[in-house]
Amino acid sequence: MNDTNQMNDIIKPGNIVYKRTDLMTDDILHYCPGCGHSTVHRIIAEIIDEEGIQSETIGISPVGCSVYLYNYIDIDCQEAAHGRAPALATAIKRLMPDKYVFTYQGDGDLAAIGTAETIHACNRGENILIVFINNGIYGMTGGQMAPTTIPGMKSSTSPYGRDVEMMGNLIKMTDIVATLPGTYFVTRQSVHSAVNVRRTKKAIRKAFHYQKLKKGTCFVEVVSNCPSNWKMTPVESNKWMEENMFPYYPLGDLKDPEKQQEK
Amino acid sequence: MAKIKGNIVVDIERCKGCELCMAECPTGTIAMSKEVNHKGYSYAYAARPDLCIGCANCAIVCPDGVITVYKIKI
Repeated sequence: MNDTNQMNDIIKPGNIVYKRTDLMTDDILHYCPGCGHSTVHRIIAEIIDEEGIQSETIGISPVGCSVYLYNYIDIDCQEAAHGRAPALATAIKRLMPDKYVFTYQGDGDLAAIGTAETIHACNRGENILIVFINNGIYGMTGGQMAPTTIPGMKSSTSPYGRDVEMMGNLIKMTDIVATLPGTYFVTRQSVHSAVNVRRTKKAIRKAFHYQKLKKGTCFVEVVSNCPSNWKMTPVESNKWMEENMFPYYPLGDLKDPEKQQEK
Repeated sequence: MAKIKGNIVVDIERCKGCELCMAECPTGTIAMSKEVNHKGYSYAYAARPDLCIGCANCAIVCPDGVITVYKIKI
């Protein structure tokens, strides 16, 4: 009885350590259970809330699973044509240079149909943040092979695993844009565990900070899972991702000039 | 030494039962319910709230942000 009373004593508004940010709307996210998209949405909403830049932020939602971004985060959003989010972000940022502009794109959007837009926006050094969610598969359309699918990975259009000789090699967009002079901060993170979620949050916060200082394009890749199309449970998919995706997509900062200065 | 006690409250109707919080909990506080919510998912709940240390790992890793974490020092 005493224990129950003590437990009830803990649950008081003054003792809250963590609660869902009010910047997320009340809509229930349509993502599958355990999907990394939801976590990244929440991280972005938390950062905007904590920095107090709700009225100054404009998000660009892509085509793909995350197309309904504007339903979940209570900020101004614009929907882009498939893959054209960096081009749209360029226009918005140039018209309204004082606003924070970010695009949120999946790998089908950014690495396949939007390759040209992405590379040229990064090469021009547009002062925007690109958040790239890489789960190595086309999630919304039913798990087809994407340019980022790792060799040997099964998908609905490569049922025996990706054969590099026939289907070509995977494309590492983050490594490509890191070589361009226009990008300022390029990093690859993941959201499969609490520590990685914290690191991703730190990276995106840093990117918003650099955008304020008008440093150039910031590019944050988040290696994520797709439990439904990988046909695994969320916990299994995270483990599979750690074992199989991370050798091809190692986590860490690929380009961060301020970090080099610190050394 | 001050003892830290925590507890969690799960928004049952929003929970999708992905079990990531259960895997991330360092003390084994969280378990999945045998009952289901209105969407048909078995939801997370604090099975052993006495073990909770209020580290908020479960809430940070939860994709849908259904967990609210409380912590006090006794």
